[in-house]
Amino acid sequence: MIPGEFDYHAPTSLGEALGLLAELGDDAKVLAGGQSLIPAMRFRLAAPTSLVDINRIEGLSYIREEGDYLVIGALARESALEESEIVSERYPLLADTARVIADPLVRNLATVGGNIAHADPANDHPATMLAYDARVVAQGPGGQRVIAIDDFFVDLFENALDAHELLTEIRIPKPGAGEGGAYVKFERKVGDYAIGAVAVQLRLAGDSIAAVRIGLTNVSPVPMRAKKAEAELLGKPLSGDSLEAAGRAAAAECDPSPDLRGPEDYKRDVIRSLVKRAVAGAAARARGEAFEGGHA
Amino acid sequence: MSRHEITVTVNGEEHGGSVEGRTLLVHFLRENLSLTGTHIGCDTTSCGACTVILGGRAVKSCTVFAVQADGGTVETIEGLAQGAELHPLQEGFWEKHGLQCGYCTPGMIMSAKDFLSRHPDPTEDEIRQGISGNLCRCTGYNKIVEAIQYAAEKMRQEAPAEEEVTA
Repeated sequence: MIPGEFDYHAPTSLGEALGLLAELGDDAKVLAGGQSLIPAMRFRLAAPTSLVDINRIEGLSYIREEGDYLVIGALARESALEESEIVSERYPLLADTARVIADPLVRNLATVGGNIAHADPANDHPATMLAYDARVVAQGPGGQRVIAIDDFFVDLFENALDAHELLTEIRIPKPGAGEGGAYVKFERKVGDYAIGAVAVQLRLAGDSIAAVRIGLTNVSPVPMRAKKAEAELLGKPLSGDSLEAAGRAAAAECDPSPDLRGPEDYKRDVIRSLVKRAVAGAAARARGEAFEGGHA
Repeated sequence: MSRHEITVTVNGEEHGGSVEGRTLLVHFLRENLSLTGTHIGCDTTSCGACTVILGGRAVKSCTVFAVQADGGTVETIEGLAQGAELHPLQEGFWEKHGLQCGYCTPGMIMSAKDFLSRHPDPTEDEIRQGISGNLCRCTGYNKIVEAIQYAAEKMRQEAPAEEEVTA
């Protein structure tokens, strides 16, 4: 399978890339890791007339703490997240997520920015970034703007960027004292999309949950937070009952489609179970205890 | 439609070629350079038969455009043996019967080469994770894991000797 024809552009600076996007408009697609875009083009699900390859722009591959945030450049690869000491030491939710995306070969090219910009609810980073309350930095002809992750996912494969904007950075708030996070993914086989997966970031105050955000993967047309599940947990001590209530709330508020990965009821029950595991895991980590996240 | 003159260093040798923007790296290697050791399996970014090392990282060459490799370096299965002397991974697959039909083998070996460069002394579980982007429908993987363990051990034995020579 060979993609349709297109014009290929490889700018070497951000300014040049933005100029190309302004000139080419809606028919251009940005090529970063290409691990979703190129398969889509080969299946002719996508047929852009122009590609703007941003891989030759220097200085967009960083992963570092800056001020109150962990900042991730648009070209940081999933494999770089896996190998980052900062991420493995202080951002366990992100580390869990990076390890279970696709397979190692795909992770060598795939970017975090692309995973989010693709706005595919089956991708793993959207749920994780929703749980982290991340910000997306967009660069456009008129300058830079920062988009809250809650406002970023607009529809299936549709994000809040306009056609002339480029996602240049993701910002994750630095976790404070008493915080913990976890990602738990249930999949049929390595490299497949999740049957369901749950991202949790929470803060404990004593035994009580003082703050919590939960993101769900592949159980809705648009990447979603499980806000009713969050409400079941907030301000309460963690118990078997509160975990079960949160799991049931998430199972009820998600909107999975039946497909080869299972019928709707089954997926809802997967979410019920994974919410319990991920919340318990995030709380364990918040208390400094070990938890093995990633593959369920 | 855009055409591009590209130069790619493949297995240490510079090659030029004219490609369309949409030409995939695997097609450039097989059709322009006649390096048919890199196989096309699934054509859908799933199987890893087309794995090559691009700029020091194992990637699926069916999911990279050839023009993206312009000015870069690629290693393929053809670059591993030194004359008649097999690379430790090739020797491992021979000694431990790491292949049956052989279709996945070039990709499996290139994936393992990249993996061992970062994990010279891996556990069995790490090896299985490391090759999890490569599918094999014959062996059940056990013999492949043994072949990679064989190669890892041989490469560890060879590595200190090389340091002494250069010291």
